[in-house]
Parts: sequence; structure tokens; C-alpha cells
Amino acid sequence: MKKMTFSKAIESALEQAMADDKNVVIIGEDVHTLRVNLYTRYGADRVIPAPISESSFVGASVTAAMAGLRPVVEVMIIDFIGVAMDGVLNHASKVKDFSGNKWNVPMVIRSGCGGGYGDAGQHEQSLWGWLAHIPGISVVVPSTPADAGGLMLSAIESDDPVIYLEHKLLSEEWLKYLGSGGRETVSYDRPALGIEGEVPDKWEAIPLGKLKIFRDGKDITLISVGVGVHRCLEAAQILEKEGISAEVLDLRSVAPLDIDGIVSSVQKTQNVIVVDEDYKGFGLSGEISAILLENGISFQYGRVCTETTIPYSRKMEDEALPNTKRIIECCKKVLKK
Amino acid sequence: MKLDIWEIYRLMIYSRRFEEAVIKLWDDGLISGEMHLGIGEEAIIAAVVSQLKEGDAMALDHRGTPPLLMRGIDPVALLLEFLGHPQGLCAGQGGHMHLFSKEHLCASSGIVGSVGPAVAGFGLALKSKKSENIAVAFFGEGSMNQGMLLESMNLAATWNLPVLFVCKDNNWAISTKSKNVTAGSLVDRAKSFGIEGEEVDGMDANIMMDVVQQAVMKIRNNKGPYFIQARCVHKEGHFLGDPLLQFHRTTLKSFGEVTGPLMKAMVKRPGASFIKRTKNFAQTLGLIAKSGKQLKKSNDPIVNIQKLLENDKDRIDKIDEEVCNLVDQHIAAAMKIYEGSGA
Repeated sequence: MKKMTFSKAIESALEQAMADDKNVVIIGEDVHTLRVNLYTRYGADRVIPAPISESSFVGASVTAAMAGLRPVVEVMIIDFIGVAMDGVLNHASKVKDFSGNKWNVPMVIRSGCGGGYGDAGQHEQSLWGWLAHIPGISVVVPSTPADAGGLMLSAIESDDPVIYLEHKLLSEEWLKYLGSGGRETVSYDRPALGIEGEVPDKWEAIPLGKLKIFRDGKDITLISVGVGVHRCLEAAQILEKEGISAEVLDLRSVAPLDIDGIVSSVQKTQNVIVVDEDYKGFGLSGEISAILLENGISFQYGRVCTETTIPYSRKMEDEALPNTKRIIECCKKVLKK
Repeated sequence: MKLDIWEIYRLMIYSRRFEEAVIKLWDDGLISGEMHLGIGEEAIIAAVVSQLKEGDAMALDHRGTPPLLMRGIDPVALLLEFLGHPQGLCAGQGGHMHLFSKEHLCASSGIVGSVGPAVAGFGLALKSKKSENIAVAFFGEGSMNQGMLLESMNLAATWNLPVLFVCKDNNWAISTKSKNVTAGSLVDRAKSFGIEGEEVDGMDANIMMDVVQQAVMKIRNNKGPYFIQARCVHKEGHFLGDPLLQFHRTTLKSFGEVTGPLMKAMVKRPGASFIKRTKNFAQTLGLIAKSGKQLKKSNDPIVNIQKLLENDKDRIDKIDEEVCNLVDQHIAAAMKIYEGSGA
């Protein structure tokens, strides 16, 4: 075991995958500088800089994958997927079914997501629920360096399209690029467990759709992904002092969703809160309540989500995004304490 | 409407001094997230905005500060917006990339290329009112590879919309040299849609004034869209804290962070041949070296216009001094409100 930051873990897993399989290529804007180490090692044949033409290079990656490559396409931040949505919605997700299961699209879309550094609602969205809505697409959201590497490997090894979202508060690379710009006069609420941690000497794929019980508890289940997991852990520590035992589940992937893992935890605690940095309506939080109902579980339910356009102002943003205070209040409301 | 060059100078130096004050706020950590400035674009923006009349519209990219300031938007409201204050232009919700002014028909976006559809829509609405009004779009040359912008040029041409496309070409799409990812000529692209267009030195205020005046006259006379590709330099790079420019400003520290992993990348197996890797590495160094050219003092429209007007040095300095005082007053007014609210 060794220690690694979140960004380094992703790069390290990518590096391993590129060394193991020459069909793995990186495509995207500025990849010759953003991935300068891999560019130096492999050159423009495998680290392919693209113009600002997301609809074209995402769409092209779909057929490149169908014809034998395994592209890891970089869409800098997931907000920009709006420009390239046709490739995701109508092509990457459909080919396997339309071809009668005869053709796969082994591509990864890698993208920064999430807020908390004051870049406003066109650069800080999460969108994983919106993307996971589409059948045929997997959506992965790691919360620790170990998961970031292991899930990147499984995303690359998957024979079907995977959207891999790296939260910008966890990734020191993105936060420096889009947030601080090298300044020491700004600070962020970055969870220690997420930004650096132990990783294996050799990366192994972490299966998609397997949640991690980050913290055992018996009174209430807190479910989240990405930075939200760390906000839940912080809330659980505070609640413990007040005699409330909270279990924290890190879904790790929004699609596929680990239904058995969710059901078994809520069966035990009978209380559940979904903490979702993505939008509240028609998303992950509602989906989880539906799954629990379908499985005949009896439970009390609450959710802490983003409900508005994410404001630019850091102060307003802190209130708009799920925070520890809101999670604790919601827990007490659900538990009637 | 030919404007006095001194008026253009005043607009340009006002914008420059204002954005220099914004750099200070950003450095002090009072502005969060990214900050994209229009430093280096002043001659282009001043030449265009000075031709606008009441009722004209602007579709702005992520560098909206200079056009809004020159258009007469309340500067204190702009500053308060950057500070994330509820009394900001957009109530602290938008920040510098998402600036809107309904009464001035100005809309901004941080999505590259989205000014294309935006300007076409403004143009359509203005045309339907049978007014002489026009709509202007400002965008970088990087966005000329975005489908929606090219589609909008076709739309503007086929619908004969009163639209001025202003491409501010600094030949950098963040850290990519645009010529490496852009095929053919941009003016030829416009012409292939039947849109009249030309490439000009966007750092020469005199040339810009002439070209824009002619273009705007044609558009107002119902001659349809026009395309201007104006070359310029962004002295602050893509945004404040530009990673490539940081190499030139904090050389040792920046190099230390990247050389270790780079050396490993040179030798790890498997990978490209050593000769190819050396070439790849040299390309990166070349890119960093090229980025430094942006910092050259001569690559500056303000320096250029001051040279043009150098016969009256006293007047140059007087205007600069007046503008500096004005910007100081804006900053003081904004900070008073900001600090008074306990933010």
C-alpha cells in the first residue's frame, strides 16, 4: 500500500490501463497539457488533443469504440456534456440494444463535476441522476483515491459506456485549475479522507454497482456519492455524540445502483436520508425511495439535495449545496428528535 | 458614425484599469472560481461597442466585463457581482461568466460557441421589429470549431439577420494552439456561407474602427450578417492563474512540480520510442515557450494606441489619470457596500 492523492490515483490507474491495452486512448481538449505525462510517454497517437467540438469528438468516440478502440474521452466538466448530449443519449447508450446485443461501445466519458468553489451553475453541476436516467449508461462517482483508481480501471474494462465523474473538491488538479488558480488566498471545505489516502500497489477493478458501507450504524441510513459521502460521515460523527447511530453508504455508482445493498441497510435502520448534490426533482433521491417501496420496506424518509441553480456567490452556494448542517437537521426531523 | 480616436482610447484605458483592479480583487481571494479577462481585446471591443445604438443587442462569451463596462453598465454593480454580493448586477447569482442586463439586451454564457445561437435569436427578434437595430456576438477563435456557432452562421445568412460576428483570435484555445486543431481559414468559412468577412489586426484601434464602422453600416442597411476575425493577444492567458503562464512567472516552483513525473514518463515501459518521447517532451517545452510571447509588452493594444497618440502625451496621461481615479472610486464604492454587509 502507498498513499496517493485523488487526481494522482486516477492518472495512475489510467497509466496502468494504457500500458496493459494499446487500444486505450485519451481524447479531449487540452489533453496534451492536462495529461502531459501520458502525452510525453505515448504521444498524440494515444493522447489525442481535440478542438472545442464536444458534439463531434464525443460522437466520434462512440464509433471509434465500436471499431476497436477503448476511448477515455475527456469532457472537461460535466456541464459541457450538454453540447455533446446526442452522442450519449441517442448513440452510446443505444447501440448495444439496437444491434441485438451484437455490438458494444466500450467508451469512458471522464469529467469533472460538482461545486463548492464558486464557479456558478454552468460549471458546477453534478448531473449524475440526469445521465443515469438513460438505460445503457453506467455512471460512476468515486469518493476516495482508492475508489477513484479502482473504478477508473473498471470503467475502462467495461464493454459498455461509462460516465466517470470526478468531484472537483476531491481532485486537486481541477480545483487548482478552476478554483484557486494557484492562489493561497482562497480556501475550500475539502474532506481529508477523499483528497488523499492509501491505494493498492497494483490497481484492481472495483465492480460497478457495489456500494461500500463507509460507516456502520443502526438508527438511520445516510446514502450519498462523491463529496456528499464525506458530508454524511461528518454528520454521523456529530449525531453519534447525540446518541444517534448513523450508517453511511457510499453508492460509488449511481448506475448500476446497488439495490440489495440499499435495501438491506434500510431494512435494518428503517430510516433513510439521501444526500444528493445533484438536483432534487426526478433524480437519485426519488429513485431510492421508489426502490425501497418496490421492495416492500417500511421506512421513514428524508432528502438533502440541490434544489436550485447553483449560485456564484460562495455564501449562497454553501446554502444551496447539501451541507452537514442540513443533513443533521434532516436526520432529526426524520427521527423526530 | 466615426468616433474620435480619443474617445476610443478613453474606453480602452478605462476597461484596462478596471480589469487590473479586478485582478487585485481576485488575487486577494475576494473573487472566487475562474476569472477570464478581456485584457488585450480592448481595441476590438471599444471599436464595436462605440458603434452600438440604443436597442442593439450583445451576445457575450466568458469575457463579458469590457463590453458591458463600455456599454455603460453600472461598474459598481459589476464589481459587486464579482464579489458575489446580493446587490451585484445579477444579485450575486451569476458571477463574471454569466452576466445579464435585460435593459441593455446583453446576455453572457460560459459555454463556448453558445453566443452563436444567442446572437441569431437576438437578430431575429430585432429584425422582426423592422428596426435598424443589430446584434453583436463576441467569441474566441476556439469556438469556431463548435458546431452550434457554425450552424448559427448559416442561420444568420439564410435568414438574412442583422448580426455582426466578432471573432477575437488570440490563436490559443486554453492551452492548445488553435492552428493545430483548426482546418482551413476562418474567413473562408464565413464566406462559404455567403457572409462577408475579413481578417484584421485587432490590436490596432484605428483599423478596428474603420472595419467595424463599415461592417455595422452594411448590417444596418439590411445587408445581412458580417464576420470579423480580429487578431489579439491575451496578456493574462486564458484565465487568471493560467497554468502555462505560471511557468513564466514562478518558474522554479512550477517546474519542480512537473519535472519528476515527466522524467518518469520519459522512461517507463511500454510506450513510444525514446526518440518520439523526446519529441513529445520538446513539444511541451515549445508550448510553454510560445505561451510566454503573450507577455511581451509590444503585444498590447493600449501600448499601440498610446504610440498612435504620442504627439499629445499630456492628454494621454490626463485621461489615464482620470480613468484611474474613476476606477478607484468604483472600487471604494463597491468595497463599502461589500464590507458594510459583513460579507
